[in-house]
Amino acid sequence: MSGKRVALALALLALLTAPFWVGGVYYVNIVSQILIYAVFAMGVNILLGYAGLVSLGHAGLFGIAAYATAIALSAGLPHSAAILVALIATVAGTAVFAVLALRATGIGFIMITLALGQIIWGLAYRWISLTRGDNGVNVVARPEILGLSLASAEAFYYATLAVFLLAVAVCAIFVASPFGASLKGVRDQPRRMNALGYHVWGIRFCACLFSGLLTGIAGILFVYYTQFISPQSLSLTSSAEVVLMVISGGSGTLLGPLAGAALVVVIKNVASAYIERWNMLLGAIFVAIVIFMPEGLVPGTTRLVRRLFKGRAARAAEDARP
Amino acid sequence: MSLWLLLAVNSVTLGGLLFLLSAGFSLIFGLMRIPNLTHGSLFMLGAYFGASFVIRYHLPFWLAAILAGLLVAAFGGLIERFLLRRLAGSEQAQVLVTLGISFMVADFCLMVWTGDPISVATPPGLVGAAHIGALIFPIYRLAIIAIAVVIAAALWLLLDRTRLGAMIRAGVDDPQMARVVGIRVSRLFTIVFCLGAGLAGFAGMMGAPILSVYPGLDADMLPLALVVVILGGAGSLPGSLVGSFIIGFLYNFGQALLPELAYFVLFLPMVLVLVLRPQGLFGRPVT
Repeated sequence: MSGKRVALALALLALLTAPFWVGGVYYVNIVSQILIYAVFAMGVNILLGYAGLVSLGHAGLFGIAAYATAIALSAGLPHSAAILVALIATVAGTAVFAVLALRATGIGFIMITLALGQIIWGLAYRWISLTRGDNGVNVVARPEILGLSLASAEAFYYATLAVFLLAVAVCAIFVASPFGASLKGVRDQPRRMNALGYHVWGIRFCACLFSGLLTGIAGILFVYYTQFISPQSLSLTSSAEVVLMVISGGSGTLLGPLAGAALVVVIKNVASAYIERWNMLLGAIFVAIVIFMPEGLVPGTTRLVRRLFKGRAARAAEDARP
Repeated sequence: MSLWLLLAVNSVTLGGLLFLLSAGFSLIFGLMRIPNLTHGSLFMLGAYFGASFVIRYHLPFWLAAILAGLLVAAFGGLIERFLLRRLAGSEQAQVLVTLGISFMVADFCLMVWTGDPISVATPPGLVGAAHIGALIFPIYRLAIIAIAVVIAAALWLLLDRTRLGAMIRAGVDDPQMARVVGIRVSRLFTIVFCLGAGLAGFAGMMGAPILSVYPGLDADMLPLALVVVILGGAGSLPGSLVGSFIIGFLYNFGQALLPELAYFVLFLPMVLVLVLRPQGLFGRPVT
C-alpha cells in the first residue's frame, strides 16, 4: 500500500513540475491535451467501467459543451456565464441521451448512442446558421482566473491540472460512495439489485448524468485549449478514440483513463510525425488490445510483470484462481 | 409537382440501396448477435472495388458489381472466421474489433484510392430517362428499384422456402436448440456473414453512379443502416424493407425541405420507435 502511495506522490510531483522538465511549449501543450482527454475518458469510464455501458456517442456530448461555450462567447456572454450555459446544455443533452439509450443495455445501448452521436455530429455539420458548418467556431480569448490570464501554455496547463485533480478526487469519492457500490452492483447483477429494491434504471440514469458532466467539463477545457471547435471533434472516430483510451488504460480503474489518454495522445502526436496512417494504427491497436489484452494495458501489464517475477508454483496458483 | 415525384423516386431508390445494406446487417445481428460496425466499410469497399474494375480494367458495370460483391463477401468471411469467431458472446469486444477494422478499411481506402471522390458512369443502356405518360423517370434509378425488389424476393424465398433458410431461422430463434437438433450453427454464421457482406459490397457498387465513391461514405451509410435496423427490428427481413423505405423517404424529403435539420428529421422515427416499441416495428421482444 505504501508503495502505491509513493508512486502516486511521485506522479503528482511529476505533474506539478511538468512545465519545468518537459522541455518547451509544444510539450506543455501535449501534457495539457493528455489531461483534457483524461477527464473526458474518466467521464466515459464512469459508464464503461462502473456501469458496464459502452457509449459510442460521447463525442457528441463533448461537442455540445464545446459548441455551447463557443457560441455563447460569440454571442457576447462573459466566460463564467458561457461555462455555466455549456454545463447546463451538456447535462440536459445527456439526460435526453440517457432517456433514449437506456431503453436498452448491451449492444442496443451501443447502437443507440452511436446513432445519437451521429445526430449531433450531423447537426454541427449541417445547421450552418448556428454552428457555421465545416468552418467551425472560433473562441477569441481564454478566460482570466482571479486576474491571472490563461493565455500562456503554462498557465493553461496549471488550470487544466487543477480541474483534472478535482475530477480525480470527485471520481474517487463517487466510486467509493454507497452510490458507486450500487452502480457496480447494477453492472454485475442487475436482476439481483432490482430484487433487493434498488432502482436499476435510476442508478444508471444518474451515472449517465455524472458521466455527461465530466465529458462537458472536458469539452469546455478543450474548446479553450484549441480556441476552435469544428464537427471533426464530434465524429465517430473521436468517440471511438476515447473508448479506446478507457479500455487500453484499463476500464473500471481510477487512473486507467489517464494512462490511456497519455498513450493515445502521445502515439497520435509522435506517430503522426512519422507516418500518415494514424487511423490504421488506431484500428490495429484496437483489434490487438481486444484480442490480446482485453482487461486493458495497466492491469494487463501488471499481470504480466507479476507472472514474470513469480515462480512457477505461484503462476500455477494464479491460473487456478477463477 | 414533378419535384415531389422526383423526390419520391429518389427516396424509393435510396430505400432500395438501404435495404440491400441493412438486410445483411439485420440478419447478422439477428442470427449472431454481432453488431457489425464494419458494414458501412463493406459498402464503401464494394464501391471502390467496383469502381476500380470499371475504370482501370474496363469490365462491364454489372460484372464489376458482382465481382465487388464476391470480393467483399470473401473479406467478410475472413473477418468472421479469424476474428469474430474468437470473440463469441463478448459484445463489447465485437463492437471494438469491428470498429477497429472499419478504421483500418477507411484508411486503407484513403491510401489506395486517395481522398478524391471517384464518380462512376451510369452503365450504358440505363442512361437517360424513361417517359411514362407525361412523367419522366431516370432509368438507372428505376433499375436499382427493380434489382432491390428482385433481391428482396430472392432473400425471402431463401429464408422462407429453402432448407438453409429454415436452418437460419432456427438459428435466429434459438441457437442452442438449433445446435442440439444437429444444425451446424457456426457454419451458418459464416454463410450469413458472407451473404450480408456481399450484399453490402454489391449495394456499394450499385449506389456508386448516384452517390459517387468518396472517403467517409462508410460513416455516412453505417448510421443509416443502424437506424433502419433499430426501426424495423433486428433479424426481421420485412422490418429492414419497411425501415429502409421510411428512411429513404425521410432522408430525401428532409434534405429537400429542411436541409439544416435533415439529420434530426432522420432520427426522429428511431426515437419514437425506441420509446413506444423498443424491439422495432417487426421485431420480437428480446429477453
